[in-house]
Amino acid sequence: MAEAVLARQPKAGSRAEARGARPRPMLSRRNIVVYGTLFVVSVYYLLPLYVMVVTSLKGMPEIRMGNVFSPPLEITFEPWVKAWATACTGLNCDGLSRGFWNSVRITVPSVIISIAIASVNGYALANWRFKGANIFFTILIVGAFIPYQVMIYPIVIILREMGVYGTLTGLVIVHSIFGMPILTLLFRNYFASVPEELFKAARVDGAGFWAIYFKIMMPMSLPIFVVAIILQVTGIWNDFLFGVVYTKPDTYPMTVQLNNIVNSVQGVKEYNVNMAATILTGLVPLVVYFVSGKLFVRGIAAGAVKG
Amino acid sequence: MFSVSVKNLDLSFGDVQVLHELNLDVAQGEFLVLLGSSGCGKSTLLNCIAGLLDISDGQIFINGRNVTWDEPKDRGIGMVFQSYALYPQMNVRGNLSFGLKNARVPKEEIDRRVARAAEILQIEALLDRKPLQLSGGQRQRVAIGRALVRDVEVFLFDEPLSNLDAKLRADLRIEIKRLHQRLKNTMIYVTHDQIEAMTLADRIAIMRGGAILQLADPHTIYARPVNKYVADFIGSPSINFLQGDISTRSRPAFTADGIMVPLERYQFTGNGINEGPVSFGIRPEHIVVGEQAASLPFHMEVEAEVVEPMGSDTLVWTRLAGQDFRFRVDGQLPLKEGQRELIGFDPSRASIFDGETELRL
Repeated sequence: MAEAVLARQPKAGSRAEARGARPRPMLSRRNIVVYGTLFVVSVYYLLPLYVMVVTSLKGMPEIRMGNVFSPPLEITFEPWVKAWATACTGLNCDGLSRGFWNSVRITVPSVIISIAIASVNGYALANWRFKGANIFFTILIVGAFIPYQVMIYPIVIILREMGVYGTLTGLVIVHSIFGMPILTLLFRNYFASVPEELFKAARVDGAGFWAIYFKIMMPMSLPIFVVAIILQVTGIWNDFLFGVVYTKPDTYPMTVQLNNIVNSVQGVKEYNVNMAATILTGLVPLVVYFVSGKLFVRGIAAGAVKG
Repeated sequence: MFSVSVKNLDLSFGDVQVLHELNLDVAQGEFLVLLGSSGCGKSTLLNCIAGLLDISDGQIFINGRNVTWDEPKDRGIGMVFQSYALYPQMNVRGNLSFGLKNARVPKEEIDRRVARAAEILQIEALLDRKPLQLSGGQRQRVAIGRALVRDVEVFLFDEPLSNLDAKLRADLRIEIKRLHQRLKNTMIYVTHDQIEAMTLADRIAIMRGGAILQLADPHTIYARPVNKYVADFIGSPSINFLQGDISTRSRPAFTADGIMVPLERYQFTGNGINEGPVSFGIRPEHIVVGEQAASLPFHMEVEAEVVEPMGSDTLVWTRLAGQDFRFRVDGQLPLKEGQRELIGFDPSRASIFDGETELRL
């Protein structure tokens, strides 16, 4: 903190001496290359989104005309309503809404539990160097590299024995555990970059393990908590594999339900409904990114300072 | 009863022994400075006393109570850190009262103690500011205040002035000295700056390699260093060493290439004087120049090779007995390179160290 303040001052001083930046021509070769590349890349990524949006707003007759890129002649929100409320998957005909609420009920507790545990883990590993801390940390990190597929069936057995197989609770447990290695690493590195003397001062001031965590470390670590929340919300929301393996049709998360709607082999392919359903499913991570983009970048950068 | 007492302290990190068989007694109200270059174990010792490091063996007493395994908060200490270590999300008042709130001190008592500390340190106007809005000197005052409100017997300072610029450092040094005179607490102060050590300390402990080499008042450390390392560490410009021998043939004397320094007036520490190779140390400021030098037991004419004017005084480099030699003269004295000058010194102000053990003779 002290360094940041000190470092800022000379910079401001030198800027005052220079009296403004040197004017640069807008159409320099460098600018054309940079902005040209950025433009091409954004078109590449935005085009599918555009196609999805326009298709979802067309009626089926218009789609059959086959002009994918043309804007809708007649805008209709019918497909969106159908995707949300009445599309059928198997026996249930209440659209994606069921999956949405399932996903919310999976994501919210998983995010809270995994971050609560991982942040305390990281804090203990960074600041309270207990005996065997390094071994514990190594095991945790190795856990991050084991392919999920290896663990799928053993976890089925564990969940069955615990009596939570096929329930939302079971899936929440699985998500919380699988988030642990990467989140612990994230928090440990962030807390390790907090000056050690701050921690010592708090101990002299009589703060214990939890008091230091809640009153000193947590208020200082908002950016890294935001990063963790974004990683977990998007990761868990977008998860398909665990959702399809560990739940039943009644408790399928939104992604699995989307797949079932889009891949249904009976009847006519309703492209507009499929597009609307896909956008609806992707909306949550999209909103999370837009709302917290700035904090996310700051947190990632802060965590990267010290390894 | 000693205020702080460290007995046979051992500390190892794995196989590395950091502190070994260390003993230290600090009297009530004493200002003790732990001085040494980086890596000598001085901060480690302070952290052990504070209870921030678990020791491997030994005991620590504070105010006669065995606190070896007590938590830092229960030891009756306050600590000030080099990086200030203020809690960034709390304002100054919050920083000062955090420890008291943890100890569940009543609200009125907290307010009273915070107000008193703020008054002593003249930070009343800053109480509602955040640490980021303070200058370095103000931050360190708040850090001292945080130790002050704890109403403890023992203050521990871990290089508190090292992050400040030279001017501010001098100002705050005086303030710490005044604070000590006013509060009369026991203070243990870690630094690598010999000026801070000399000016603040009642006693200085010079540390090296996890052991205390010498523990004495500043003047003794300066005038009678126990070994060559201490002699070299203290003093600026640093002490001259001449390599040579002690001879006791007719009378005790130090001899080196072409010179002989009579040692009748030198106070030897041991019982007898043994012949053999030694390092003869004499400080640049103890060299007398000009006519007065003629009356001293040792004097000689030398040629000034390099002259370094420093304003108040001038450092002159020359050669004596074929070895590099510096002496300090008044800045007013007109002295040019190549000029010959009579210099001399009183051997009683010298320090002689054994050539092998480097201990004082």
